[in-house]
Amino acid sequence: MEFIYYFGDVFTPINFGLLLLGTIGGLILGATPGLSPTMAVALLIPFTFQLEAAQGLILLGAAYTSTVAGGAVSAILLKIPGAPANIATTLDGHTMALKGEGAKALQLSFLSSAVGGVFGVLLLIFLTPVLAKWALAFGPSHLFWLAILGVTVIGSLDSNSVVKGLLSGCIGLWLATIGFDDIMGAQRFIFHPSLGGGINIIAALIGLFAIPQVITMFAKGRKDDGAEAIQVQKHPIKGAITELLRNKRAMGIGTLTGSIIGLIPGVGGQIAGLVAYDQSKKFSPDRDKFGTGHPEGLIAAESANNAMVGPSLVPLLTLSIPGSPTAAVLLGGLLIHGIFPGTDLFDNHPDVAWTFINSMLIGQILMCIFGLYVAGMAAKVAQVPQSMMAAIVLGLAVFGSYSVQSSMGDVYVMASLGVMMYFLERFGFSAAPLVLGLILGPIAESNFIQGSMIASATDGMAPYFLTGTLNLFLIAVVIASILYSGYMELRSRRYTSKEEIME
Amino acid sequence: MKKLLAGAAIALMGLTTTASADGHANYPERPMMMMVSYGAGGATDFQARIVTMTAGNEDALGMPIAILNKPGAGGRVGWNWLAGQAEADGYTLGAYNVPHFIAQSIKGGVEYSADSFEPIANWGADPAVLVVGKDSEFNTLEDVVTFVKANPGKLTTSGAGLFVGHHIAALQMEKAGDMKMAYIPTKGGGAAAMKAVIAGDVMAGINNLSDAYRAAAAGNVKILAVADLERNEFLPDVPTMKEAGLDVDNASVNFRGVMVPKGTPQGIIDKLAATVPMMFENSRVTGKMKAGGSPMHVMTRDEVLAMWAAREETLKELLAGL
Repeated sequence: MEFIYYFGDVFTPINFGLLLLGTIGGLILGATPGLSPTMAVALLIPFTFQLEAAQGLILLGAAYTSTVAGGAVSAILLKIPGAPANIATTLDGHTMALKGEGAKALQLSFLSSAVGGVFGVLLLIFLTPVLAKWALAFGPSHLFWLAILGVTVIGSLDSNSVVKGLLSGCIGLWLATIGFDDIMGAQRFIFHPSLGGGINIIAALIGLFAIPQVITMFAKGRKDDGAEAIQVQKHPIKGAITELLRNKRAMGIGTLTGSIIGLIPGVGGQIAGLVAYDQSKKFSPDRDKFGTGHPEGLIAAESANNAMVGPSLVPLLTLSIPGSPTAAVLLGGLLIHGIFPGTDLFDNHPDVAWTFINSMLIGQILMCIFGLYVAGMAAKVAQVPQSMMAAIVLGLAVFGSYSVQSSMGDVYVMASLGVMMYFLERFGFSAAPLVLGLILGPIAESNFIQGSMIASATDGMAPYFLTGTLNLFLIAVVIASILYSGYMELRSRRYTSKEEIME
Repeated sequence: MKKLLAGAAIALMGLTTTASADGHANYPERPMMMMVSYGAGGATDFQARIVTMTAGNEDALGMPIAILNKPGAGGRVGWNWLAGQAEADGYTLGAYNVPHFIAQSIKGGVEYSADSFEPIANWGADPAVLVVGKDSEFNTLEDVVTFVKANPGKLTTSGAGLFVGHHIAALQMEKAGDMKMAYIPTKGGGAAAMKAVIAGDVMAGINNLSDAYRAAAAGNVKILAVADLERNEFLPDVPTMKEAGLDVDNASVNFRGVMVPKGTPQGIIDKLAATVPMMFENSRVTGKMKAGGSPMHVMTRDEVLAMWAAREETLKELLAGL
């Protein structure tokens, strides 16, 4: 209960001002395609040099929280996820916006972000010691099985055809092999100097989602009838709250999955949203409606990606191991003030630790309030004519992919992947499984290689990968997931006529 | 419009000629940029930001230095860029990590070597240390050596990757003790390698002294030995590998410093080489570095040139068999 004692510190004028600044700034940065939470936090680090430790962390924590949520804005209105965490948001969020429910989608996404986020921070406050053990339990073999579990959902993600889903997943897995392999140092498929560092996930994300949109918008702009912007109907916040309460299952699944997956160092943030989306789809009686603008999918994805924020800091704050790139940047922000995360932080600087955690709790709520305000303005964004919108999005796409590593190479990668995706989409492939392959490939590969190196030095492959409670549990889930997908595929085939398959 | 462009071109030419004619006395005339070949928030980035924060002071360079991150492929992307594409005009600096970039250039596949760059000054030296989990049965380096000799190739040892300081230290230990360990490179750098030790995924690890010092302070690991010539001020009680019986020198120490691409005018190099070490000695810089647990070791251009040459020789010999 120590944290309550430090609540007052959050509300001193300077601290609260910084919290507001971080939240609003974070929302804007997050809504800009290409500015991932990691980058937003890294951009702010130099400003914290001049601040006190607690103040600096308030700014960083607020920015982290709200950039994750802000990413939903571009995911919903433009179908461009601001960060990997928002991929799943596009699936139902953007389809809702197309139906004119953009304001409702934004309200739902900020509300569910806040619920998930508050839950995640509460976990961080109350269960940190327990969670730290859980975060450490995942060794290379477990992470390998977890990545394989991710692979099993590729086929059924946002695609009418399992085969096409798997195919685009495979393209993603192949793209992930490009570049210097980090473990063995081998060079693979580097046919152009821009590819030396591999395919950057943010650049790929922008290209795969934004460029097909831009091309489609330009193509429509040529026709008079298609130039109309998407409509946004006004939607009362009260309505959004009742809608949220109606979807408690999706909310619960999203929050829990996000919290659990967020804990796992090195995997968390990127796949929390997608896994939660897939899980709530499997448990929902309306699973056929997913992907057609169904609020459940949106709620699950957004509550998961904000629920992950709190737990993702557990390894950093307790063990001094940054579990995600963003946590690594936060570590720098602590070290600059001579504070070492770990026992030192909670024993010797409790004011800093608890003020930081409390500010994240308050930050979640502020983020929700400002987010709902933004949702009201969404209509204005959507009124921009498509031809102009296309130019703006293209500009943002180039800016975003360049700024990731200040490299033109990433812009070329973004552009070529984008053009490729435009044609793939015309043949019924979709971007989400491709990105999932791109994210999971390196996780599966590096953990398999590491695991097999450890295994061959110790007990051998089979005992290392196939024994132990956690391994067996993950394998069981993998098998269940495959069987379930197969069963669903067969069942839907029975009701599909030959003509529909051909189409 | 044409006239305007021509005028601008002439003005630009005028600018560049005056800049070189006066022997770079006015250098630097505009803010500079320093490329860091690792991501924002990493140890190199973090330290680079601290040591350059006083660059704008009148007694230093008088112009600020902005950090530009070009991460990827263990630093290769950034160093390739600095060697091949960066302008050698004195306004583009780069941070180096030795032995990383020298070892990578020996293994090949990159567009640079030690000859592609001109060192300016060294700011930090982060030795590799041998760590084990807090509950490990090993308490000294002798315990570890005894185990490895009895069980060749069975001691799983994590490190940040191949051909980085940690890997070099492991190779040197194997050579010095005439033994075989199982070196496990991790993806995700030193933090992932440290996690593997704390979680017990591996039996031992080689990691940066600065990170290990934090982990040991938090009570998560035991530090058994330092791969350096002398004991470190942060860890006065931890013996060097040499003291503990393994003939390992400081070839794996991660030296960090500033360099410029080859072709930068000599006048600028001289001016930087004279000013930058003083900038590193600034009390605000040393204070922040100490608070962050980052060991400093300021070396002048001549000392760094000698150190690079010595490293290249040692590494060529060490990596020849791989």
